[in-house]
Amino acid sequence: MREVAVVGVGQSKFGRISDMTLAELAWQAVKQALQDAGITQKDVEMVSFSNVGGWSSEPLPAIAVNEYSGVSGVGTYRVEAACASGSAALATAHSLVASGAVDIALAVGVEKMTEVPTPMAVELIGRSGNYFWEFSQFGLTFPGYYALYATAYMNEHSATEEDLASVAVKNHYYASYNENASFQKRITVEDVLKSKYVAWPLKLYDCSPITDGAAAVVLASEDAARKLTDTPVWIRGIGYASDTSNLSKRPNFLSLRAAREAAQKAYKKSGIDPSRPHRQIDVAEVHDCFTIAEIIAYEDLGFAPRGGGHVLAREGETYKGGLIAVNLDGGLKAKGHPIGATGVSMAAEITKQLRQQVRGERQADIVKGAGLAHNVGGTGHYAYVSVFSLKKS
Amino acid sequence: MTMSREEMEQMVKAWLQTVEQITRSEGLPVVPDEKTADPLWVDVRELRLKYLIPIKRVKKFFDGLKEGKVYATRCPVKNIYYFPPQADCPVCMDENLEWVEVSGRGQLLTYTVIQVKPASYMHYPDYVIAIARMDEGFNILCWMAVEDPATLKVGMHVKLVVKRREPEGFLTYYLEPA
Repeated sequence: MREVAVVGVGQSKFGRISDMTLAELAWQAVKQALQDAGITQKDVEMVSFSNVGGWSSEPLPAIAVNEYSGVSGVGTYRVEAACASGSAALATAHSLVASGAVDIALAVGVEKMTEVPTPMAVELIGRSGNYFWEFSQFGLTFPGYYALYATAYMNEHSATEEDLASVAVKNHYYASYNENASFQKRITVEDVLKSKYVAWPLKLYDCSPITDGAAAVVLASEDAARKLTDTPVWIRGIGYASDTSNLSKRPNFLSLRAAREAAQKAYKKSGIDPSRPHRQIDVAEVHDCFTIAEIIAYEDLGFAPRGGGHVLAREGETYKGGLIAVNLDGGLKAKGHPIGATGVSMAAEITKQLRQQVRGERQADIVKGAGLAHNVGGTGHYAYVSVFSLKKS
Repeated sequence: MTMSREEMEQMVKAWLQTVEQITRSEGLPVVPDEKTADPLWVDVRELRLKYLIPIKRVKKFFDGLKEGKVYATRCPVKNIYYFPPQADCPVCMDENLEWVEVSGRGQLLTYTVIQVKPASYMHYPDYVIAIARMDEGFNILCWMAVEDPATLKVGMHVKLVVKRREPEGFLTYYLEPA
């Protein structure tokens, strides 16, 4: 297999983007990614496209976006791995370049969730589990799925709603420095605790918002990358796994098996010691669709022992300067979570972090030269963990 | 927030009438975004989706509900339980699964109260969703029938009952404190 590098990244503003269509929004990111890579549309051999859809009107979004972006004619397809679709697009594009099938591929993620009213968006996300047995009769919502994990976790490990709130406070803090984030406002633990319950024990401020947004990355083979840039960011390894459709088929609600397995595979591929991964990584993007998800992610990734995730959050160990810097872009929680764009946006953010192109307070100290993206689809239904590095394997 | 289906339909109808008036007067179905005031084209087409889902191979489960019983399937070769019931065992590649009535006794593993509801659930009051580990070893996820969710505790004993879900009137299963 060939080495593959990220050589261009682009990212739109995240939020309620009511002045752009899906294709216009995607173009914001695609344009930046092409310019950042210093290539034109004719250099792109394949577009790996991520969009979950349902809430937006275009049924063939890859085709609509490619036409708008001037890349019609290339090979393309759309992937679906729920909230991890973006990482699925990255992983498949990576495989195409690594295998030698293409030299340059573009991974695009876009989601336009506000083309339907909020209760309909809640409905469509809620259906993203096992539709017949868990939604159609019992009406689970996305916060509801994670609330089932939160209840079990808090009971098992004596974690508190304050512990969960500390994750939201951190992510809003960093989002306040990110001009692309949905929320620019800092919040306090009290703000979180005062917000209304959405799915007990999760409150509004424990939840990522319904978001529009797009991101794009250009991947290149080693030869192509060397010609395009002096600072290629190498994809050292991508691990992937999945879990049951029915939540009821899982043995417990304390950890996401798919995320654990994806992390182990990614660590193995990239030569990271799974017992102390934070010693080899400067910065991580983790899938904080809900505050509890970030706490569980610390454990699934091996940053904290089982039951220690909430302690890491409470003690502020995932701010810059702590054990490991997590979600310095505000995370899904405050940057926003345009479902199909999220995984691609994580890759774009880690690339910028490693290139030290993030301004001010939210630039991580890059010492070890490696970063990680942890992207979960559904409620641990899918999981992708990707390791990026300034050093080639 | 709870809203009856009639109220919801009234609300949608009133909105569509407003859009129609705008279209008539302006010649375009364009309205301002409720938060940003950006112009939005209101789709002149509409999808109404209601799926028709085959249940023939697990019909016994639904027949059971009519008798007040909840069934799982079990693979006789490996003694694996399937709930929700399924007709095929992917472990031994068998399709001669047995139907077994669920004991109905279990312990609460976790639960939540859904306060912000999906569009198709807006007509229900807040509802409790729970997962219980049944005595047989498999889990069941469904609504928990309980007056006050604050009385629930992880680990408490629960039982499974069959009841009608109103206002639709279909038979389904609920957990209750034992």
